[in-house]
Amino acid sequence: MTALLSLADVSKRFRGLVAVDGVSFAVPRGEIFAVIGPNGAGKTTLFNMIAGAMTPDAGTIAFAGEPIAGLAPDAVCRRGIARTFQLVRPFLALSVEDNVIVGALLHRRDVGAARQRAHELLRRFDLFDRRRQPASALTLPDRKRLEVVRALATEPKLLLLDEVVAGLRPTEVDRMVAVLRALNRESGLTIMMIEHVMRAVMALASRVLVLDHGTAIAEGTPEDVVRDPAVVQSYLGVEAV
Amino acid sequence: MIALFAGGASRRSLALLAALLAFLAIVPVFANDYLITVAIIIFYLAYTGQAWNIMMGFAGQLSLGNALYAGLGAYVTAVLFTRYGIAPWIGLLAAMPIAAGCGAIIGFLAFRFGVAGVYFAILTIAFAEFARIGFDHFDFVKASAGLFLPVSQYTHNDLWRLRGDPTMFYYVMLAATAVAFLLSRLLLRSRIGYFWLAIREDEQAARASGIDTFRYKMYAVTIAAAMTSFGGVFYAFFYNNLYPEQVFNISRSIEMILGPVIGGIGTLFGPILGAFVLNGLAETLNSALSAAGLDLPGAKEVFYGVCLLLVILTLPEGVWPPLARRLGIGPDQP
Repeated sequence: MTALLSLADVSKRFRGLVAVDGVSFAVPRGEIFAVIGPNGAGKTTLFNMIAGAMTPDAGTIAFAGEPIAGLAPDAVCRRGIARTFQLVRPFLALSVEDNVIVGALLHRRDVGAARQRAHELLRRFDLFDRRRQPASALTLPDRKRLEVVRALATEPKLLLLDEVVAGLRPTEVDRMVAVLRALNRESGLTIMMIEHVMRAVMALASRVLVLDHGTAIAEGTPEDVVRDPAVVQSYLGVEAV
Repeated sequence: MIALFAGGASRRSLALLAALLAFLAIVPVFANDYLITVAIIIFYLAYTGQAWNIMMGFAGQLSLGNALYAGLGAYVTAVLFTRYGIAPWIGLLAAMPIAAGCGAIIGFLAFRFGVAGVYFAILTIAFAEFARIGFDHFDFVKASAGLFLPVSQYTHNDLWRLRGDPTMFYYVMLAATAVAFLLSRLLLRSRIGYFWLAIREDEQAARASGIDTFRYKMYAVTIAAAMTSFGGVFYAFFYNNLYPEQVFNISRSIEMILGPVIGGIGTLFGPILGAFVLNGLAETLNSALSAAGLDLPGAKEVFYGVCLLLVILTLPEGVWPPLARRLGIGPDQP
C-alpha cells in the first residue's frame, strides 16, 4: 500500500536562501508524523508547500497517489488535507460555532448538518460552552484549539498541525495530546505536526523528521531521534541536554 | 417557505418587523405626495444599499461603482420601453443579465489578477466612469441630450408599464426593499453566506478551509449587480429622464453606500435603517431650511458629511447594532 503523503526531493528557494533543500519522506496512512528542527529550519515552508500556499521549485508531492504540488490551497483542502496556521487565523468577527460551521460546510450542503458536526467537534475540544462568543474573545490557547477544530471540520484525511501546543500550559498540552491521539485511533486520521514542544512530540509521534537549514538530518522513532548526535548538536542540545 | 425565510428569528424581532411593515403599508393613506416621494427615495436607497451590503458587508468586496449596474438597468429597460414598447418587467429580463455580466467581467478581472481592497474599489469606479463617458456619446440612447420616457396624466396606475402616481412607486419600492431583505437574510444564513463571511474575515484562512474564494466572490458581485439593476429600472421609470452625467455619476454610487455605512455594514437591517435615518434627517433639514426662507444649495451634502463623521466617530459598527441591543434582539437578528 502506498503512503498517504510522499515527498521526493522537494526544494524551495527564496532569492538566494534555500529554505527547503531536497527533502524526501513518506507518511503512511494512520501515522502521526512529526517534523522538528530549530527556528528557520524550513518546517513551515515545507507545510506551506504541502498545503498549496507555496509551489515547490523542484521535487514532487503526492497525496493518495496523485501529484498535488502547485495546486491552490482550497483545492488541496478539498482533496483532504487540512492545515492550521502557526499564527492562528480565526474568523475573528464570527462566533466560535460559525468558525467551525464554515469548515464543516465544505462537504455538507446543509447548514443544520454542519452545525451539528461543529457541536460534536467543539464538545470534544472543550469549546462547546464558548460557542456563541466571537472568536476575537478567545484566549490564545482557545484560539489554537479553534484552529484545530475548524481544520478537522473539513473532514481531512491528513491534518497538518503547525505548532498547535506551543504556548499552552502542560496540562493543556496533555489534553490536546489525548484528544489528537483519540482521533487518530478512532478514525485513522493521519496527522503531520510541526512541534517544538518535545513533550507532545514524544507522546504522540510514531516517527520524527528532523530538519536543519532546509535539509533532513535524521528520521526515525522519537526515541532514536533524540539520541542522534547530529540532532542533539543542531537543535536539542540547547534545551534537552 | 416561512421557515426558509424566518427560521432562527426571535418572536420579538418578527413582531417588530411585522409592526414596521404594517405601518409602512398604511403610510400612503395619510401621507401627502411630498412625504411619499421622500419615502420612495428612502426605499430606493435602502434597496440598493442592501445590494451593496451583500458585496461589501457579507463578502468584504468594496465597490464604489454600483451606479454602473443601476445605470445599465435604467438604460436597458428605458430604451426597450421607448423604442420597442417593451414593458419594464420584461426589460428587466435583459437588464439583469447585462448588469450581472458587467459585474462578472469586473469581478473576473479583479479576482483573477489579485486586484483587491482599495484597488478593487478604484476598478469599480473606473468602469462606472467608462460607462458615464461612453453613454454620453452613445447616440442610440440619445447620448448627453438625455433619454426621456413619455409622461402624461394617467387615469389609473399601470403597474405592468410602471406608469402611475407616487403611491404606486411607493408600494413597488417597499416590496423591493422587503424582497431584498428576505433575499439577503436567506443568503446570509445559507452555505454561501458562511463562505462570504469567511472570505470577508480572512481570505487566506478561507482558502485553507477549502473555499474557492474566486467563485464565491464572483457570486457576490453578480448577485449585487443584478439586484442593483432593478434599482435602476425604478430610477428610470420614476424620474422619466436619464442623463449619463447623472445616472453614472460617482455620487449615485456613494449615495447607495451611505445607508449601510450609517446603519451598519454587514448587518441585515442596517442598510434600511441607515437610509431612513440619513434621508429622514436630510429632508427634515431641507424643509426646516425652506420654512425659514433660506436657500442653501449644498446644505444636504454638508449634512451627509457631518452625519457620516458623527457615526464613524461615535458608533463605528453603525446605528443598528446598538439599537438592536436596546430593542432586546441580537444585532444579527433582522
